[in-house]
Amino acid sequence: MITYILCLVLFSIGLYCVLRKRNIIKIIIGIGILEYAVNLFFILVGYRTQARSPISATDQLIGHMVDPLPQAVVLTSIVIGLSATLVLIAMGIRIYERYGTFDITKINKLKG
Amino acid sequence: MQLVPYVVVIPLTAAFLIPLVGKKIKLAGEILSGAATFLLLAVSFLIASSVITHKVLVYKVGNWAPPAGIPMVVDGLSAFMLVTVNIVAFMAAVYAIDYVKKFTDTWKFYSLFMLMLSGINGVLIAGDIFNMYVLLEIAAISGYCLVAFGTGPDELEAAFKYAVMGIVASAFILLGIAFLYSYTSTLNMADMASVLAAKEPARVMQFVSVLFIMGFGLKAALVPFHAWLPYAHSSAPAPVSAMLSGVSIKVLGIYALTRILFNIFGMTPAISSILIALAVISMLAGSVLAFGQSDIKRLFAYSSISQIGYIALGLAIATPLSLLGALFHLFNHSLAKSLLFLNSGSIERMTGTRDMNKMSGVLSTSPVVGYTGLVGAFSICGMPPLGGFWSKLIIILACLQAGHPVLAFIAILASVLTLAYYFKALSPVLFGRGRRDLNVAAGKRISFAMAAPVVILACLSIVSVAMLLPNPANVLLKDAVAILSSGKDYAGNIMGAFK
Repeated sequence: MITYILCLVLFSIGLYCVLRKRNIIKIIIGIGILEYAVNLFFILVGYRTQARSPISATDQLIGHMVDPLPQAVVLTSIVIGLSATLVLIAMGIRIYERYGTFDITKINKLKG
Repeated sequence: MQLVPYVVVIPLTAAFLIPLVGKKIKLAGEILSGAATFLLLAVSFLIASSVITHKVLVYKVGNWAPPAGIPMVVDGLSAFMLVTVNIVAFMAAVYAIDYVKKFTDTWKFYSLFMLMLSGINGVLIAGDIFNMYVLLEIAAISGYCLVAFGTGPDELEAAFKYAVMGIVASAFILLGIAFLYSYTSTLNMADMASVLAAKEPARVMQFVSVLFIMGFGLKAALVPFHAWLPYAHSSAPAPVSAMLSGVSIKVLGIYALTRILFNIFGMTPAISSILIALAVISMLAGSVLAFGQSDIKRLFAYSSISQIGYIALGLAIATPLSLLGALFHLFNHSLAKSLLFLNSGSIERMTGTRDMNKMSGVLSTSPVVGYTGLVGAFSICGMPPLGGFWSKLIIILACLQAGHPVLAFIAILASVLTLAYYFKALSPVLFGRGRRDLNVAAGKRISFAMAAPVVILACLSIVSVAMLLPNPANVLLKDAVAILSSGKDYAGNIMGAFK
């Protein structure tokens, strides 16, 4: 149970970072934390204490293996997170070129 | 022949072919994207006609039997949405041929555009909830890039805000999927629905519903999750605005949410009342905020928020009549709003500005843009005999029929507000006289490629009421409504089709 709660704490740290930080780079780091918290939670869903890796063999019982599906899902999710972070960083670099600052409160040309 | 996978395969092939040949061959992007969207339009009509006879089409990727493996599923609702999406996509792709000439490296634009289209089409045919998430992310991330395509200060700011909010929303959706998987031990949507039907209602389902309403609500720009939309939709290039406002918010937000809530979870009164509250706030806030706008694209963006509210209201009431109204309004709004966004691009090219105080007499300068814009605006305001009037009328009647006179009154009020702000903002732009110095500042004419799509969209907006006529015209809409009103029969239907 404690691992799930720690996972939630990590998620909250990421969300806090996105909501409260003014520096673009820190916001991107916050998004990274957010994504890792979700990925960690998904992996924990498929984890079983004292279980072995899910390799099929004749003498292996399914009850002794961890669930392999969350692992496959999280692998995809990590790649999605990577591409999203990459897009954000590319935008951040361009924003710095245009505005000369990483402060999100000073990047406010659009109003309304 | 199995047609279902092609709605993703065609745009994905185009998206990866264009970068290969785009640098070397001139016009490769234009030709490939035009051909691909045209093929998609044909394929979506073929799929729709096949769905009318077979009801459900399934495709098992890699031939793995469900619930293992990734299924692709097309039923009445998906087919209806596929037709809508691909009409708008084809028009936007044709319009883009001339519009994106102002950018350098246009092949990148077409590649991203096709990638976004494959994501949107993929969400519609996904039969697996994680697969739906992946395709939603493909559409969303290419959407962020497309909003930033001009790389001006405005575009970058809008795209960054859109991307941050979109990624947080996706994290909530993935968290919801993780909870759902731990509760049902399956990712297949039909299987998940049957597992959930067999279990007792649990409190975790309420939590998951809230996570999904938050995540997909942000993608659909329901108030209070709307803050990104006016930035992103007004800064994007015109064809992208048309795609984002016309189909993206509806597919990534409304379609995904209704598919999960109606067909997998089953609507409950609590969820319905949350959606009604969000819809009412969206309708009113969108209309009120639109009043103060001077940027033409920002006006249309706020109007999108308000019209999404109508669609959500119709879906939340969940009687067959209100579902019909909501889906029909979705179709009309797709056509009319993409038409208006495409026209805003033409106006921007003619006058060199998006500020409505600085433009006038569009109707006399360019009749094509003026009259089609008038048709689009009338359809959204709900002027008879255009499609938008009938869909709003059906939603209002459905409110009354379901015993919600207050909601009917709010819907009428929002409709009056819509008419008021469109009239206030657009009448000087269209009918105003004088100030010729500002009109057609650069002397730029509207080319055929920019005029033809809006004319076709305007004609479709005028004749769309034919979809309400009795058999066989209404068969597409009727099937889509039947899917939503049959609710959790979805599981049995899809599982039956797999066998």
